[in-house]
Amino acid sequence: MNEAVRSLLSGHPFLAGFPPEAVELVAERAEVVTFQPGVLLFREGSPADVAYLVTAGHVAIEVHAPSRGPIVVETIGEGRVVGLSWAAPPFRYQFDARAIDEVEAVAIDTAPLRVALAENPVLGFLFLDRLAAVMLERLQATRIRLLDLYGTTDAG
Amino acid sequence: MLAEAVAPAGAAGALVPTPYVVVERREEAADVVTLAIEPTEGSAPTFRHGQFNMVTSFGRGEVAVSMSSAPGAPGPVEHSIRRVGAVTAALCAAPVGSFVGIRGPFGTSWGVDDVEDGVDVVVMAGGIGLAPLRGAVRDLVARQQAGRGRVFVLAGARSPDQILFDEDLRAWERAGVHVGVSVDVGAPGWTGVVGVVTALLPGAPFEAAGALALLCGPEIMMRFGGRALVDRGVDAGRVRVSLERNMQCGVGLCGHCQLGPLLVCRDGPVVRYGGLADELFMERYR
Repeated sequence: MNEAVRSLLSGHPFLAGFPPEAVELVAERAEVVTFQPGVLLFREGSPADVAYLVTAGHVAIEVHAPSRGPIVVETIGEGRVVGLSWAAPPFRYQFDARAIDEVEAVAIDTAPLRVALAENPVLGFLFLDRLAAVMLERLQATRIRLLDLYGTTDAG
Repeated sequence: MLAEAVAPAGAAGALVPTPYVVVERREEAADVVTLAIEPTEGSAPTFRHGQFNMVTSFGRGEVAVSMSSAPGAPGPVEHSIRRVGAVTAALCAAPVGSFVGIRGPFGTSWGVDDVEDGVDVVVMAGGIGLAPLRGAVRDLVARQQAGRGRVFVLAGARSPDQILFDEDLRAWERAGVHVGVSVDVGAPGWTGVVGVVTALLPGAPFEAAGALALLCGPEIMMRFGGRALVDRGVDAGRVRVSLERNMQCGVGLCGHCQLGPLLVCRDGPVVRYGGLADELFMERYR
């Protein structure tokens, strides 16, 4: 077992409060990876077979638009998760993910993890519960941004 | 209510504008201008962090604008104004050498002069909301450099070209302050954070227990920001927000700025979040 992976996983907020067997389940399917600034972690449309628990640096979630180039829709930093599309069909990334600065992350091989979680519904529920919290947080943050809070008002 | 309101001396000071001359004008962003002004006679009255003046554009009208300079700082008093209507458009266009009217200072303060030593202070600002906090941050940076407690500045903006006081933010960072900036919408070349301002909280290593938090920005931002700070462990009673309503008289007489039990011009703009603003924010009809 890679001790560096286990150490990073046990300190990552995504797995906070999980029982040791859940951390082990992930650790057996994970490795520590680093990305230099500008490097793509994954590309839109490709199979969502890896989730990244960011342990250092920042990742831009972006989409490429013709004539405009990459448009950053959100920045994900230390302690958060990049790559949620593995959790539901069609298991394809919906955006590009690019390292803004030097990024360190624990990369989880999600295909075997999905199988393992399906075989252990208790742990599976734990993961889905945590993923739902992450998705809810991002949905709410997106809704707030849709309000265009800093837009012009009709004041004097 | 937070800190005692400091009323200007005498009724004349409260209700009759004093002429000031614009001595400097700076474009802070596409729609934000800072006017540095001095009274045509004598010296400007003292004020406290977070207080506001009623600023008159002669012939057009009067608006409430918080001071964006620090109390007691050398030089003229500064007001940073966002162009959102006829009066603010006229003020933003005021050239150096032109005159504006000033009534004030009015209202409550951030109370940063009374912060206990060793306590972390978190400043969360959105958009033009950084202006009423700028003077306080300057003094909190000095407090940090004196070893009396840290300050964390978290600022949100609509887009990179809307970030206010860029030079100040960089200077504070150089001074060792934790400064986080996020934008709602990125732009080519922007390598900073894209997301809501509360997304900056996890990266800010402040000690929540005992911390003081100062919030200013759109009301919805302060609602969510207050909740996020409380979720992080900050005592709701130690979160302060700056309210904005239709201030007119400035001395609690006309009632235009009433918000529940508050006359914001007199009892605010700075009020506590826990047990007051958090409840007022949730009133559906006001």
